[in-house]
Amino acid sequence: MDSTGIVIGFWALSAITVVSSVLVLLARNLMHALVFLVIAFLGMAGLFITLSADFIAVAQILIYAGSISVLMVFAVMLTPLASRDNGNSLYVLPGLLAGLGIASLVGFVAVDTEWAEHRGAALAQTDFGDTVRTVGQLLLGRYVLAFEIASVLLLFALLGAIVLVQERRRQSAAEGSRESADGAARDGSVL
Amino acid sequence: MTDQPMRPPRPATPMLRQIQDRPGLKEMALGVPFGLKVIGGILGLGVLAVMALVGYLVVDGRLDGQWYDIRDLGFAVDGLRTWLGDQGVDHRITWIITGALGALGIMSVLGGWLLIGSWVERRVLAKFQIRMGPNRTGPFGLLQPIADAIKLMTKEVVIPRGADRFLYFIPPVLIFIPAMLGWAPIPWAPNMAYLDINVGVLYVIAISSIGVLGVFLAGWSSNNHYSLLGAMRTVAMMISYEIPISLALLSVVLLTQTMSLSEIVAWQGHYHVWMIMLIPFAAFAFLFASTAEINRTPNDIGEAESEIVAGFYTEYSGMKAGLFMGVELGHAILVGALMATFFLGGYTLFGLEEWVPGYLILASKIGAVYFLFVWLRGTLPRFRLDQLMGYAWKFLIPLGILQAFIVAIEASVFARVDAPALITLGAFAVVNIAVTVVLIRFWADRLGYAPSQHATKPVLTDALGGLKAAERIRST
Amino acid sequence: MTAPGLDEITVTLAHYLVVSGLVFGIGTVIALSKRNAIAVLMGVELMLNAVNLTLIAFSRFSSAFAPGEEPLSGHAFVVFVLTVAAAEAAIALAMAVLLYRRRETVDLDRVNLMRW
Repeated sequence: MDSTGIVIGFWALSAITVVSSVLVLLARNLMHALVFLVIAFLGMAGLFITLSADFIAVAQILIYAGSISVLMVFAVMLTPLASRDNGNSLYVLPGLLAGLGIASLVGFVAVDTEWAEHRGAALAQTDFGDTVRTVGQLLLGRYVLAFEIASVLLLFALLGAIVLVQERRRQSAAEGSRESADGAARDGSVL
Repeated sequence: MTDQPMRPPRPATPMLRQIQDRPGLKEMALGVPFGLKVIGGILGLGVLAVMALVGYLVVDGRLDGQWYDIRDLGFAVDGLRTWLGDQGVDHRITWIITGALGALGIMSVLGGWLLIGSWVERRVLAKFQIRMGPNRTGPFGLLQPIADAIKLMTKEVVIPRGADRFLYFIPPVLIFIPAMLGWAPIPWAPNMAYLDINVGVLYVIAISSIGVLGVFLAGWSSNNHYSLLGAMRTVAMMISYEIPISLALLSVVLLTQTMSLSEIVAWQGHYHVWMIMLIPFAAFAFLFASTAEINRTPNDIGEAESEIVAGFYTEYSGMKAGLFMGVELGHAILVGALMATFFLGGYTLFGLEEWVPGYLILASKIGAVYFLFVWLRGTLPRFRLDQLMGYAWKFLIPLGILQAFIVAIEASVFARVDAPALITLGAFAVVNIAVTVVLIRFWADRLGYAPSQHATKPVLTDALGGLKAAERIRST
Repeated sequence: MTAPGLDEITVTLAHYLVVSGLVFGIGTVIALSKRNAIAVLMGVELMLNAVNLTLIAFSRFSSAFAPGEEPLSGHAFVVFVLTVAAAEAAIALAMAVLLYRRRETVDLDRVNLMRW
């Protein structure tokens, strides 16, 4: 794409995204890392807009920056005595090597391959018009099975999350005493 | 005592006497000095002349599409763009200039509102509460917002000791961003939407979901248990009420078959109908859920002013707290604009937008919705948090889903049926209103929301309290 | 009127893929090397974001679509990835909270009951 706005937007937003991701890695505090993660999500949304994917960009902001970040915040809230530092585990070096390896591999393949892509005028010609309508038609037309499975998956995720964090209820006194006898060693903290 | 009713005795205290002797609006208007009356008369005649001129030009058809068409400033911007292009300016610089002009226009609306909105709210609220609002600073207290701003700017900024520096400075900015960015897709006239995108509705919802994180960070970074509690409550309320908003807007999008705000308004103008007439439940759900999103009474449990000091922004002082308070105002007016755009017809008024500039119509609708917000604030008591959450999850969401289902059926009928639009839309309105009333009664009954006492005839306050009771008590 | 050389700078598919690869690599480092369970989840979300970027970039740039194929299928795919990412984040955070309830910690180095 050779529109100046898109070029400037791409470089600025890529810088923001990559730098924020590195800061998520390097932040000393979990909440700081969360803020940088949100900035990375917003940068990604901007990159989607430079690719004329307006619906996906707005959906990204809505889902990632608006909902998943709040989910993580709630998880931090509900773990009050856990450590909130963003420290590294024992596998720092292997992780770093793996990450660098993957990034360099993808980068090399990206630069070296002769992609079958549109350039210049053909690129401007194949620009997307109304993505929402077409994506909606695709979702309910060609990919309706995946759509239905995704909705069932969301239902299971919702139910699963609720069941997972449910407090265990004492059914009866006998059961309760039996449970509490051998559960005392395990189930320590109640919120 | 069969003669005329006794006049009330002269009030006891000086303040009550001042309130009684206060000149009414008519006396004040007639008591204005003569010079001002002349100027006012000339201005009034000028406005009438301009309106007559515009009316003549509109009828004559000479105003359509010209750059001096004041009904639609988008033509002026287009004229500027073509003029700059003719001068040989690079199209990128033209784009930057027109973008900056549009942003300046929006900022002036928002800034102007922040200047007078505080005054309007306090005076109208005082009127509801039978007292006088600010009337000392400047004529009629009009300089009160400026005085507030100066006070906040010169206050000492006290940062709590354990506060997280980085996270403490982000929230005032982060919460202000939705209040500013939400103005972008709103169409003020057929060609006057700053950001006329295809996904305007989703953009509005997404932008309002960013503010949630700001609220939480404000409570977290204050290093104060009570701020954190207030932030948690506010965040829980805000994310719960995002869903009724989305469902209400889903109903609107289903009927208009488009997510672009300017096309939604054009749809309402084309069919000469307001969305609130067609899907009143969606309008109510949007209104109520928006008062929860912007933390306004009756849903301001997060910053309940009389209960937990200031909730999540307790530890903020100076201009940071001023930003939080300003955001509440700015957000309220933005919700008014969104409500007017989606449900009240936007810049259209059953064909009047051909004569009157669209932005004036929209501005008056926004004022009306804002007056409704202040009315709600002055009248309703605050809801409890569990009442609020129960209302969102158990009442607004199921009924919103049902409403969206019914509207989906109606939308497909609308697309297939060949009858004149008025009849089909009338049928939809009747069906929706009937279903809404039945559903609300039935569902509220099931949930146990029955009012514990029936509404009786209103009793005049002077028999139960207020000035008379105070005088009676004081004189005995 | 145009700055010399400014019109020759373009952004191609390779640029987006490099950015996506970088973010994916950084996400991998975070997911593999952090102690806190929630931080690991952050890394996973970054990886999913990078994949979304790749899909959208290909959907926009690629000229290898068959005649009946719709370039916007990439967007539909991304919608599914977003959905699954949200569901997975919810479950992962529920597990983190559950882990905290059992062990009073979300430190993954301490959760080693099944190690050799």
